[in-house]
Amino acid sequence: MAKKPVTFKLNGSERAAFVDDGQNLLEFLRRGVGDLSPKYGCGQGTCGACTVLIDGQTHLACITLAEAVQGRHVETASGLASGIVHPLQEAFMENFAAQCGYCTPGMLMSAKALLDRNPSPTREDVIEAISGNLCRCTGYEPIIEAILATSKARARA
Amino acid sequence: MIEFRKEFFADERDDNLNEIGKPTRRQDILGHVTGRSPFFDDHLFEGLLHIRCARSPHHHAKIRRIDISAAEKMPGVIRVIIGRDVPRNLNTLLSLLDFGIDDEPLLAETKVAYKGEPVAAVIAETEAQARAAVAQIRVDWDVIPHVLDVEEAIKPGAPVVCDVYPGNKFIYHGKFDHQKLRYGDVEEAFARADHIVEGRYQMSPIEQAPIETCGAIAAPEINDRFVCYTSTQALFFSLGTAAKMLTIPSNRMHFIGGTVGGGFGGKVDSLHEPIAILGAMLTGRPCKFAWDREEEMQVGAPRGAERWYIKDGVMRDGRIIARKFTGYFDSGAYTRLSSYAIIKGVGHLPGPYTIPNVYADVYCVYTNRTPATAMRGFGITGVDFSIEVHMDKVADAVGMNPIDLRILNSYRDGDMKAHRREAKNCALIECCQVVADKGGIGLMPASRAASSLRDGGGDRGRIPNRTATDQNGLVNGYQSGNYGKKAGKSDLPSGMALPPTTSRPAASTYTPPASSYTPPPASSPPPAPLPAAADTARPGAMRFSSLSGFRRR
Repeated sequence: MAKKPVTFKLNGSERAAFVDDGQNLLEFLRRGVGDLSPKYGCGQGTCGACTVLIDGQTHLACITLAEAVQGRHVETASGLASGIVHPLQEAFMENFAAQCGYCTPGMLMSAKALLDRNPSPTREDVIEAISGNLCRCTGYEPIIEAILATSKARARA
Repeated sequence: MIEFRKEFFADERDDNLNEIGKPTRRQDILGHVTGRSPFFDDHLFEGLLHIRCARSPHHHAKIRRIDISAAEKMPGVIRVIIGRDVPRNLNTLLSLLDFGIDDEPLLAETKVAYKGEPVAAVIAETEAQARAAVAQIRVDWDVIPHVLDVEEAIKPGAPVVCDVYPGNKFIYHGKFDHQKLRYGDVEEAFARADHIVEGRYQMSPIEQAPIETCGAIAAPEINDRFVCYTSTQALFFSLGTAAKMLTIPSNRMHFIGGTVGGGFGGKVDSLHEPIAILGAMLTGRPCKFAWDREEEMQVGAPRGAERWYIKDGVMRDGRIIARKFTGYFDSGAYTRLSSYAIIKGVGHLPGPYTIPNVYADVYCVYTNRTPATAMRGFGITGVDFSIEVHMDKVADAVGMNPIDLRILNSYRDGDMKAHRREAKNCALIECCQVVADKGGIGLMPASRAASSLRDGGGDRGRIPNRTATDQNGLVNGYQSGNYGKKAGKSDLPSGMALPPTTSRPAASTYTPPASSYTPPPASSPPPAPLPAAADTARPGAMRFSSLSGFRRR
């Protein structure tokens, strides 16, 4: 199987690794690079558990070719906390916005992309932003509350 | 938004508690929000192999021949496993509780009974190679008639879905082809009722659909054990099942679980762990066996469909004096947990209402559909739906507000339930009153004044003087001493001892190892049922009173 070198940034750090021919970004990040925070839920771009940011935009890693990240910046949930937890993570913990935790990394990345481009989203904006992320346990309400709470706390700060 | 109604039952509760009633953080939530919670697939192994199954495209078919030769030659393929490679290729989940007859192979050998049933497992270097090799497995199918409807399945002459239950019905207590509930005399009460209200209710199967699909990774450990990371919701259940099917002692397996990416009942079937560990045993390498999303939805066992017929005898004033149920629980092709769901469900009848005459015949029926398993309150939610829709129908028949009707018939503390336990801590009346308030629905003064704490017990707390009984559905050839086993024939290959089903000290029948196992010839007939074990109850068997109906010691 042909291997191709790829250099990219992962959560702010320079990385270099080999991708297999046709390998998707989810497999590459998890087994190739060792970042296990994006999750496999469907492998067909419908559940959102593998959501990552590429240059600030949300992408579904399971249907993104790994080699497409050449020279770009990939952000995942494992990079959100830097020493202390990110305000979104704090709000998710405080608002009971995770139960099993499996959709959480993808949910957080969709929320981060939203708040980065729109610091004061409406409830409808939040619903729209996480509409590609399925959750089966918590229910979406606490997640929406957590994202809105993050935005409000930021506005106060 | 939780609203506490602390005015109710204030003297039954201690409010001076440190945690209950107060918001608190989950202990595992830091791992969840940082993406560090270790789900089964979040463990990296050098040289990990991938397992995928070849599955039946038919609802029901005999297997004439499985040809794995082309698959074995495919790139990256390390090994192809078929049924005869599984040391003990027949199991029923609740055999760990001594309940029911082994009925389901890990990999089908002689026939398949549902679409998607696995017949072979390919172990390959990559998942893509495993998929490609699965496509090269050739099965010579003899497609036979199938049955997908519960009532069709129990008609004479219907295709036999599950060989150990030729009538397509689970056998309860070694004695009856259904679970019975008899309390008072419904026929006598129907004769004097003002109204008879009947209904038929049908539920669909429901897929649990966790975001994490079911799976397991097993790897040899250096101390002659196998480590198994699994998504199971039932770690020791899966451990016991793997020990039984692989005929190795459970202390040779190191199960690690507890981090489950959504389960809702759908992760108890213990199908992945035995195959992943068998793969690790046969290859000496780490093996991952996980469903993709399509498999999760197609072959992952759902909440079983239920069909209920309810007949009520009702007085003009709304009192329900008799309720008769006939229930058909669609177990799919194998038992898994449906037999148990029915026992639980029948213990729940006739719902949270005090009805002096209750009758139920509930059948666990085999059809050529995906086997059913656990899902949140299974055995209860289906019949509860039927009961509550039926209550509305009864209210309509007697011209009452449905909430008034419910309050009138509600359990009160001290009432006798149909399964002969006293009702305690009842709260349906109070719930109904709050619902009526919230909905702006006016209640009759009697309903408004009612309380779960009053007017219960007395005559309502006594078991009926006479209960009409019968022997309908009596079967022969089964015995309940060794719970629900089929009598007369032996199913174990020669030289094979009973597996280590439990850690019960008295279970001395276990003789280790796979070396005593002789694989059946490929052309052998379907495995026959378990042998007639000594007709004495095994020590400990009486403990599972909720399953077997025996009283606790």
